[in-house]
Formats: sequence, C-alpha cells, structure tokens
Amino acid sequence: MTLAGLSDLLIGPFVEFGFMRRALAGCLALSLSAPPLGVFLMLRRMSLMSEAMSHAILPGAAAGFLVAGLSLPAMTLGGLVAGLAVALAAGLVTRSTVLKEDASLAAFYLISLAGGVFLVSLRGSQVDLLHILFGTVLALDDDALTLLGGIASLTLVALALLYRPLVIECVDPLFLRTVSRAGGPVHSAFLALVVVNLVGGFQALGTLLAVGLMLLPAITARFWAADLSGLIPVAMLVSMLSSIAGLLVSYHAGIRLPTGPAIVLAAGALYLVSMLVGPRGGLIHRLVRRRHLEA
Amino acid sequence: MRADAIRLRGLTLGYDRHPAVHHLDGTIAPGDLLAVVGPNGAGKSTLLKGIVGEIRALDGTIETQARPGAIAYLPQAAEIDRSFPLSVLDLVAMGLWRPLGPWRSLSRRRGRLLEALSAVGLDGFEDRPIGTLSGGQFQRALFARLIVQDAGIILLDEPFTGIDERTTADLLALIRGWRAEGRTVVAALHDLAQVRAHFPTTLVLARRPIAWGPTAEVLTPAVLARALRLSEAWDEAAAICRHDEHPARPPTEDGPAPHAHDHLDHHGHDHAHPHHGAVS
Repeated sequence: MTLAGLSDLLIGPFVEFGFMRRALAGCLALSLSAPPLGVFLMLRRMSLMSEAMSHAILPGAAAGFLVAGLSLPAMTLGGLVAGLAVALAAGLVTRSTVLKEDASLAAFYLISLAGGVFLVSLRGSQVDLLHILFGTVLALDDDALTLLGGIASLTLVALALLYRPLVIECVDPLFLRTVSRAGGPVHSAFLALVVVNLVGGFQALGTLLAVGLMLLPAITARFWAADLSGLIPVAMLVSMLSSIAGLLVSYHAGIRLPTGPAIVLAAGALYLVSMLVGPRGGLIHRLVRRRHLEA
Repeated sequence: MRADAIRLRGLTLGYDRHPAVHHLDGTIAPGDLLAVVGPNGAGKSTLLKGIVGEIRALDGTIETQARPGAIAYLPQAAEIDRSFPLSVLDLVAMGLWRPLGPWRSLSRRRGRLLEALSAVGLDGFEDRPIGTLSGGQFQRALFARLIVQDAGIILLDEPFTGIDERTTADLLALIRGWRAEGRTVVAALHDLAQVRAHFPTTLVLARRPIAWGPTAEVLTPAVLARALRLSEAWDEAAAICRHDEHPARPPTEDGPAPHAHDHLDHHGHDHAHPHHGAVS
C-alpha cells in the first residue's frame, strides 16, 4: 500500500468530514478524563461499581428525555442528579451503617433503575432510548463537545487536587481517618467524578458503553505499567488508540457498524492482546519461565 | 508534648451495646510507656481504637489535649492494600500528612524519609513496591511511617505478632527512643516477659480493668489468674448496665482495681461471674 493510500485510510475521514473530527475530539477528551478514574476504580477493586453507576444514571437521563425530549441539558441534568444521588446516598450509608460499599451501592442503583423504569411507564409513552443506550458519537454538536471538554478539564484538575488523599484512601483508609477528616469528602468527590464522566460519556458512547472507555484502558494498562505514574498515561493512550481505531473501523466497514460499540470493541481487542503479551503479568510472560537472578 | 495526657473517665467501649471495655477509669501520664495486656477478647484493641477515635464510646469520656491527628496508631492487622502499586518511600511519606497536607511538595523531605527507613533497617528499600516486602519488613516500614508522623502519642496494637526476634529487638529499641524523647506510647502486647523487661507501667484488662500500675506490682500471678477467668462469650440477655445511677467513687490515678471490685459487689450484670445472678 502506498503512503498516500495509508493516509487516505487513516487521516482521510477526519480531513474530509466535520462529524468525524467532532467525534474524534469528543472521544479524545473522554480519553483524557475517564481512564485515570478507571485506574483508581480498578486498584480499589471497584471496577464493577462503575457499571452499577451507569445503570443508576440511565433512569435520570431517561426522565430528562421524557420531560424535555432529546435535549442535552435536560438529559445531562437528569443523569447527574440520579447518579450523584445514588453515589452520595450509598457513600452515606456505607460510612454510617454496617453495610459495605458494594451492598449499599447495589441497593441504591437498583432502586434508581426501577424508579426510572416506573417513571417511564407512568408516562405511558414508548420512548426510544436507543441513543441514550448507544450514544450519538457521529452527531456531537457544539454543546456536546463543550460538555465533554469541560468534563475532561474538570476531571483532570480535580484529580490533581485529590491525588494524594485519594491514593492514601485507596491504600490505607484507616490511616487517613486517623490523620484527617478528608477521607469521606475525597471519596465522595471521586464518585462524583465517576458519575460526571459517565454522564459525559453517554453523549458519545451511550450509558452502557461509557463504562467501556473508563475501565478497559485502565485494565489494559495493568499489563504494561507497574505504578500509578505509568498506569495513568498508558490507560489514556490505550483509550485514545481505541477511539481512533473504533472510529476508523466503523467508517470504513462495508456494513453499518455502530460507532460506540466499535470503539469499545477496539479497546477490548487491545485488552486481549495485552493480556497475552503484556510484560507485567501477561499470560505468555507467565508461561515462559525465565532464569532467576542470583539475589 | 507535655500536655498529652489521656484521661479516661468511666470509659465503656463496645459493639452492639455489649461492652468490650467496661467502666475504665485512669490517666495515661505524659511520657508514659504503657503496656496493655490481657487475654484474647479482653478489649485491648478496642481500647486503642477508642483512644484514636475509630469507634465511639458507649459511655464515659476520653479526655486528651492532643489535637486530632496528633495520635499515631498502628493497628493490629493493618487494613493496608499491599497489592496497590506504591513504593515503600511513598508509604512512609504518608506520615508527613500533618505538615504537608494534600498539596505541599514532598521533594524537600526525601532525606527525612530515607533517614526514617534507615532507622528501621530498611536502607535501599525506598523504591521497592510495598507488595514485595515480607511481613517483618512491612512492619518495619510501618514503624518508619510512625517515626515520620512525629506524634506525641503513639498507639501500637500487638506490633510484634509474627515478627522475628531481631526485628522485635530493633523495634523495641525504637520505642525506648520514643520514650526518651518524651512521647507517650501505649502498646497492646501478649509477651509478658517483654512487658516486664521494657514497659514500666501495665494495664491488665479483661473487659473490665483488673489492675493498672507499675509493671512489677501489677503482673502478679493473682492478677493474671483473675484476668484469665474472663468469659469471652457475650451474654445476650445481659441487663442494661445501671452503673451510672449509683454514686461512683472518684476515679483514682492508678487504681481501677478497687473500682472494679465495687462494681462487682453492686451490680448483677457482670459477665465473668455468673454467680452474680445474670439472667441466663
């Protein structure tokens, strides 16, 4: 293949079409903010918690859709309210009762999900939730791009401010409690960032797949990097590569391939490859027994 | 550091309304090196958790001049996630939270952290991930964090369980150094020989205080036998404790024993002594 052919294949779609450039910008913004959160979720063994949160957001977004139609502010607000309410209530119950975080979160997200379905049926309308579920990455307007950019900026600044207490809270929560009262607020702020990113992500990928760009790159990074200073950049890079690959595949595919799933499938492919060949505990490196050292 | 006395008044700590530490009165003097001994389930860990504020008192008060966060606490089984990708240096650096908070730079304190690691015999371990340390090495690292915390009051919950003799000796030397610097150290311990050799004062706890005073006077066969009679089971049908409604003797500095005696004579809810007419 010639160089020109390659550039047509890889760069052409973005040069030619505004909607592809917008999709790329949106996904890259999301790739800067969601994966670092995924790294912390993974290290705290809370990976599945983001999946639960995405369910908690769905009814809020649906309610916004019911009230105001396909309106970005209404759906974003609904998702934020539902997600933050669930996160805060779960955090409160975890800290003040005997329940562990997973149990209290499960209780509240189920209530939220059921409440959302109830709300929809109460209105008696057949709502087309498909674009909430699967996103509209190829139709990101200025408002949606501003939202994604704003969320990415907010997340990166907030993570920088929370970084130290967040790490201590992950490693030794009891120690943090003995030296400071920051543990509770830091944890709540972290959960709020997760909610905000999932709400932002559903513009591009849909509520169900927004979790994909948060977790898959983070989990993939575990096979390449040993500590946080490596995990976070690698996760961002994996997320960006997945976004670009997913957009290009869905553009070039002969059949109509939905873009959101294509991006998450690309991230999934990178995960599978990393799991096999990753130098940090990947399958192949585990199977090959290397000569041990002298000391 | 002089003001860091801890005064316990009628302190009752426990779980689900069942006391694990029952009506404890006394004062931990500033600069004291106090061992808390007693059988399993005696409330040693509960007492330390109560002092550091991990659990709320069911009754009574803990009075201390120490600011919150000025008490360093080494829990029994630290709930530390050792699979977290963190270096030993970063673990020790957590001890600097009080002066540095969430944002101030660590880089100028690196020398101090390396000094603390060196003091616990972990030279050259600073870049190792915490997951690669052995149990004893990890305990040394936690002691390095205690050094860096520079707290006036240090609480240690069975710090030498599963630790070899050499490490124990090194860490005991550190503790003696802390005492020489005027810090107050309270340690829950099991090894009575160790207590006799290194700890000038001892509290024998068996849910209720059995004896509290100079180690040589407190660790007698009679006192230890009384402590051992503790029943570990909760009495589910235990009556509500009415201790407060009786005129109590003023708390004494080093003698909760007479208080406990008084307590026994007047109330029928003591779990260790069924002949006192507990409902079950």
